[in-house]
Amino acid sequence: MKSVLTKTLLPLAGLLVAIFLWWLGCWFLARNTPIAENLSPLKAFPVLFQLLGDSLIWEHTVTSLKRVLVGLGFALAIGIPAGILTGVSWRFARATGPLFQFLRMISPLSWMPIAVMVLGVGDAPVYFLLAFAAVWPILLNTAAGVAQMDKNWLLLSRSLSATPWERLTRVILPAIAPHILTGVRLAIGVIWIILVPAEMLGVSAGLGYFILDTRDRLAYHELMATILLIGFLGFLLDYLANRLRRIWIAN
Amino acid sequence: MNLAVNTIADTGVLQVEQLGFSHGKAPRVFAGVTFSVKPRETVALLGASGCGKSTLLRVLAGLEKPQEGSVRFLDQPVTQPHPRSALVFQQASLLPWLNVADNVSFGLDFRHQPRISKQQKEERVQEALTAVGMAAHAKALPSELSGGMAQRVALARALAREPQLLFADEPFSALDPITRAEMQNLLVDVVQRWHTSALLVTHDIDEAILVADRILLMGGSPAKVIAEWPIYLSHPRAHHTEAVHSLRNQILETFRKVSGGADFSEQIHSPAHNSEEIPRVLNFYF
Repeated sequence: MKSVLTKTLLPLAGLLVAIFLWWLGCWFLARNTPIAENLSPLKAFPVLFQLLGDSLIWEHTVTSLKRVLVGLGFALAIGIPAGILTGVSWRFARATGPLFQFLRMISPLSWMPIAVMVLGVGDAPVYFLLAFAAVWPILLNTAAGVAQMDKNWLLLSRSLSATPWERLTRVILPAIAPHILTGVRLAIGVIWIILVPAEMLGVSAGLGYFILDTRDRLAYHELMATILLIGFLGFLLDYLANRLRRIWIAN
Repeated sequence: MNLAVNTIADTGVLQVEQLGFSHGKAPRVFAGVTFSVKPRETVALLGASGCGKSTLLRVLAGLEKPQEGSVRFLDQPVTQPHPRSALVFQQASLLPWLNVADNVSFGLDFRHQPRISKQQKEERVQEALTAVGMAAHAKALPSELSGGMAQRVALARALAREPQLLFADEPFSALDPITRAEMQNLLVDVVQRWHTSALLVTHDIDEAILVADRILLMGGSPAKVIAEWPIYLSHPRAHHTEAVHSLRNQILETFRKVSGGADFSEQIHSPAHNSEEIPRVLNFYF
C-alpha cells in the first residue's frame, strides 16, 4: 500500500499540481493578454490529440527521431574508440585532456553558422551538431569504464596470449558495455535538447522546424501541444535508454 | 623427518638461472634467483609481503621480461606466456558478464591457444568444475558466488587449460581461514589429479608447509632464495602437528637470522647475500 502511494500516487500528484499551476499562470496572463489562453493546458491537451490524429506531426517526429539515431551513431563511432584510447593510453589522455575539456564546454549550437557554411543547408549540419554534443558523455564514460576495469582481466588475457583484437572484443568491450550504455543515456538526453534548436535553421522538417512553423502561423495552441510532445518523447527516449542499460546489466 | 637439502636434480619443468629484474631504473627487485621445479612437484615461494615474490612469479609466467638470467619452461626459453602454464591470482577476477562455465572455458579458443574441438572444450570445463566441486553452479553468474566459490572457479579456469605448471599468486589469502584450509586441500588434490607442477607464492608459512613439496624462502634486497626445505610429510599434513610446528619454527628462525631480527611480516632490508652462500646458510641450520 505504501509503495503504491510513493511509486504511483506521489508522481501523479506532482504532475497534477504542476498542470494546475500551469493553468493558473495562463489564466492570470490571459487577463491582460488574451492570446495566452491558447497556451493553457485546457487547450494544449485536446490540440495534442488532434495533432496526433493527423499524419503531419508524425512525419516531423519520425524525421527528428531519425536525426537522433544518426547523430548518436556518429557520436558512438567517434566516442567509443576515442574513449578506449583515452582509458588505455595515459599519453593520449594527457595530450587530449585540456583540448576535450575546452571543446566540451563550447555550446554545440555556436558551431551552427560554421556547420551550415561548411556542410551546406540540410541534414548534414544537424547531424554534426548532434554528434558533437553527444560525443562527450560517451567518450568520458567509455574512458572511465576502461580505467575502472579489473587489471587482472587484462593480465588474464595476456597470460592467454590474447591478440589485441581478442583483448578488445572479449575483455575490454564487454567490460565497459555498462559504461557505454550510461554514456548513451546521457548522450540521448543531450541530443534531444540540442535537436530542437538545431532544427530551427536550414531544414524544412522536424519538431524544431514545426515549433517555428506554429509560431509563424500564430498557432499558439499547436505550439504548446508540440512542446508537450517533445517532452513526452524525451521522457520516453530516456526511459528506453535506461531500460536497455538495465537489461544489459541484468544479463 | 628428513630435512636434507635437495640439490637441483633432473631437468625440471621450470628452470630459473641467475634471474634478476628491476622496474626501469629502480633498484633490482630480485637478483641471482636460481631454482627449478620438477615434474609434478609443488614448490612454495615463501617470503614477507613486498619482498618481490609476486614480481618474480610474473617474470616466470612470461608477463614481464627479466634483465638478467634466464627462465626455461619445458626446455624452451620463456619469452611470453606459455599455453601450458596457467595463472591463479589472489582475486578470482572472474569476468562478470560470463557464467561460471564460460569463465572456465574463457580463452581456450584464442588464436594462440592449442586447437581443441567444441566437445573437448566442454569435457574439460565439466572435468575442471567437477574437480573443484562447482559442477552444479555451471550456469551461475560470478555475482552470485561467495569469495571461496569464485576462487574455486578461478582454479577450474586454470585447470581447464591442462597446465604443466600452475602459477598461483597468494591464491587464498583473501579468503576466511576455514575456506582457506578447504582450498589448500583442494589445491593439493587437483595438482595430484592433473599431474601438474605448481609454483605457489605465499607469505603464509603454514600454507607453504601444508601444500608444498618444497619451500623456497625468499628475502633480502634485492630478494633471492635464501633457504630451501623439502617436505616429505604425507597429505593431509594438518595431522602431523608436531612436524609442522617444528618446521615452522625453523623457517622463522632462519628468516630472523638472515634478516637481522626483522619481523617476518615487515618488509626487510638485509645485507646482500650472494646466492653462492645459500648452502652455507642451510648447512648452518640443519
